[in-house]
Amino acid sequence: MQHKTRIALTAIGLIGLSLAAQAQDGEKYITLASTTSTENSGLFDAIIPQFTEVTDIDVRVVAVGTGQAFEIGRRGDADSLLVHDTAGEKRFVEEGYGAERADVMYNDFVIIGPSGDPAGITDAETVAEALTLIAETEAPFASRGDDSGTNRAELRLWDSAGIEPSGEWYRELGSGMGATLNTAAAMDAYVMSDRATWVAFDNRQNLELLFEGDEALFNQYGSILMNPERFPHLKHDLAEQWHEWLLSDEGQQAIADFEVKGQQLFFPNAKQ
Amino acid sequence: MNDMTTLPVTDVPTLEMQGVTFIHRGQRLLGPLDLQLRGCRRTLVMGPNGAGKSLLMRLAHGLLKPTAGRIHWEGSAPRQAMVFQRPVLLRRSALANLTYALAVTGTPLAQRRPLAREALKRFGLAALETRPARVLSGGEQQRLTLARAWLLKPEVLFLDEPTSALDPAAIKAVEDAVQEFHAHGTRILMSSHDLHQARRLADEVLFLNRGCLVEHSDARSFFTAPASREARAFIQGELVL
Amino acid sequence: MSTDAGAFMTALTLILGLDPYLLDIVALSLRVSLSAVALAALMGLPLGAALALWRFPGHAALVVALNALMGLPPVVAGLCVYLLLSRAGPLGELGLLFTPAAMVVAQVVLVMPIIAALARQQVQELHQEYHEQLASLGLSRLRMIPTLLWDARLGLVTVILAGFGRASAEVGAVMIVGGNIDGVTRVMTTAIVLETSKGNLPLALGLGIVLLGLVALINAAAYLMGEMARRRQG
Repeated sequence: MQHKTRIALTAIGLIGLSLAAQAQDGEKYITLASTTSTENSGLFDAIIPQFTEVTDIDVRVVAVGTGQAFEIGRRGDADSLLVHDTAGEKRFVEEGYGAERADVMYNDFVIIGPSGDPAGITDAETVAEALTLIAETEAPFASRGDDSGTNRAELRLWDSAGIEPSGEWYRELGSGMGATLNTAAAMDAYVMSDRATWVAFDNRQNLELLFEGDEALFNQYGSILMNPERFPHLKHDLAEQWHEWLLSDEGQQAIADFEVKGQQLFFPNAKQ
Repeated sequence: MNDMTTLPVTDVPTLEMQGVTFIHRGQRLLGPLDLQLRGCRRTLVMGPNGAGKSLLMRLAHGLLKPTAGRIHWEGSAPRQAMVFQRPVLLRRSALANLTYALAVTGTPLAQRRPLAREALKRFGLAALETRPARVLSGGEQQRLTLARAWLLKPEVLFLDEPTSALDPAAIKAVEDAVQEFHAHGTRILMSSHDLHQARRLADEVLFLNRGCLVEHSDARSFFTAPASREARAFIQGELVL
Repeated sequence: MSTDAGAFMTALTLILGLDPYLLDIVALSLRVSLSAVALAALMGLPLGAALALWRFPGHAALVVALNALMGLPPVVAGLCVYLLLSRAGPLGELGLLFTPAAMVVAQVVLVMPIIAALARQQVQELHQEYHEQLASLGLSRLRMIPTLLWDARLGLVTVILAGFGRASAEVGAVMIVGGNIDGVTRVMTTAIVLETSKGNLPLALGLGIVLLGLVALINAAAYLMGEMARRRQG
């Protein structure tokens, strides 16, 4: 019995060790908390290899909603953040979690809806007008409802249109962008999406792009460096290299070069 | 048969029971019971169903603790083994069942297989060595449990109605085994409700009825002149059948 | 319909083409889930056996708790492990969050109760049959455990397979503690979620078919082994 116990304990130890070793082997990497929209579009697959080639640093992307990305950052579980909620990002730095925040790029949001366009938003002048039309006709609208950057942006747009969306027609799904698009497709609902996810999205069924171009729909991405005093264990040196590279001519060019189906999705706008 | 009681193997410790009582869920199933078992004899525990035969054996073997009273081996407790009415065999080969018992008793690895094979041969099971124990016939299974008991070199062997589910040939094999154990100096305590079997095997008889020890006497006197009314009725009843 | 047909074609292409993306995540899925099941078995089997053999104050509560934990939502398990392994959590120092090791820990939390609870039932049945004989041989309860576990092995294989099924099928826990990082912590189930969210339903379903096939393969292997052992034992 004692012999067997010892064997069992040794086995547990060995499995644990091998996994831990796997986790911490020599390779240089940082953990980046970012948003599903950037990950799903394929942007990271395009630009991270270019960064790794120059610096030999791998970037491990944990793609979550912006709200969860901030939470991961606040708990000290990521070396850097790349998210799109400028107000939230500034607060994150002010509260002492982040050390520095910089504009990196923007993309834009678009309003998607069933091809018949029952609310008639195609002819709207502004996004506020489009949203008002949807609310007035009470056409089904699928909202992320997950406190993500996109969700926050959507709520700000309703707010500036003077509408408090509620009722049968307004459905908060609590899902990521892709899942929300899948659901909207299934129930012929309007939905606000970032352009990147929409362009890359394959399961469109009856959905179409119905409204775009209002400046209010621009969606700014920022890169955040973590506060080394608050989180001494993080890989600040490596994270800083990533941050600087994103803002450099090289990084900005890499972002501009990324296309899906012939369309540029992200527009670099770092202040040099 | 009874002359075998004079075999001079007397260094088996004496078992003493004083005021032993067993109560289960408020019901007195046995006792209070006073008893002394001495010498290397073959004791048959008899009595009708529910008399407490199995209970007495389990208490003596230490599988159960008495609710009250004292069970005590004079000197140190002897090596013991028990054979049950329904053979309990591990889900392994016949040989592995025996080497397992040897492992439990701390026999060195190198000796286990040779000893186990020897025991299989002694009980006529050599050809079944690799067979899964649980596909053996009832008689073969009971012989295997006897072989297992043999390897434990018990000073006292308990057998709880070991033949009640067996055919005559298998019964004979078990009885031969019991004699062989005894001839090698093992004290036997065996329960049975078969009077013929008791006549063939017993040096002395414990007769139980409704949880009480009614009679404890030499086999000869028990069968020829039972002292108690219950024992008389029991023997009569059996003979009538 | 076209999605379904596409899914089977995609699955077929992935398998036959030995797609490196697929091979990587299949390998990681197996590594994580098999490690988790092995660890859960090493802890759960003795625990289940102990619960079958001993009665002590709080025994019933523990058994009920284990049975209830069998229904623990993976997301909740993931969240608890996340809070535990996060830098701000008590085990943050280990730096395990967003690694395969964290996924193993989360799956152990999910699988261990299943193995312990089901093993308890199996061992208890066998113990009823064996305990007088084993006690007669002079075994203490502690020393009975290895014997009972070994002799219950055929049933326990099924128990462990049930655990493996839960581990390989769950997505909520590994998503949270692993982060679904490409090439590092992306497994079959999180890849399926990702492809679904991209609207790439054929690939998602294709991956699902591959996952199902793998689980079926492992179950078939275990079944055959069990049948062979059963025939040998009668």
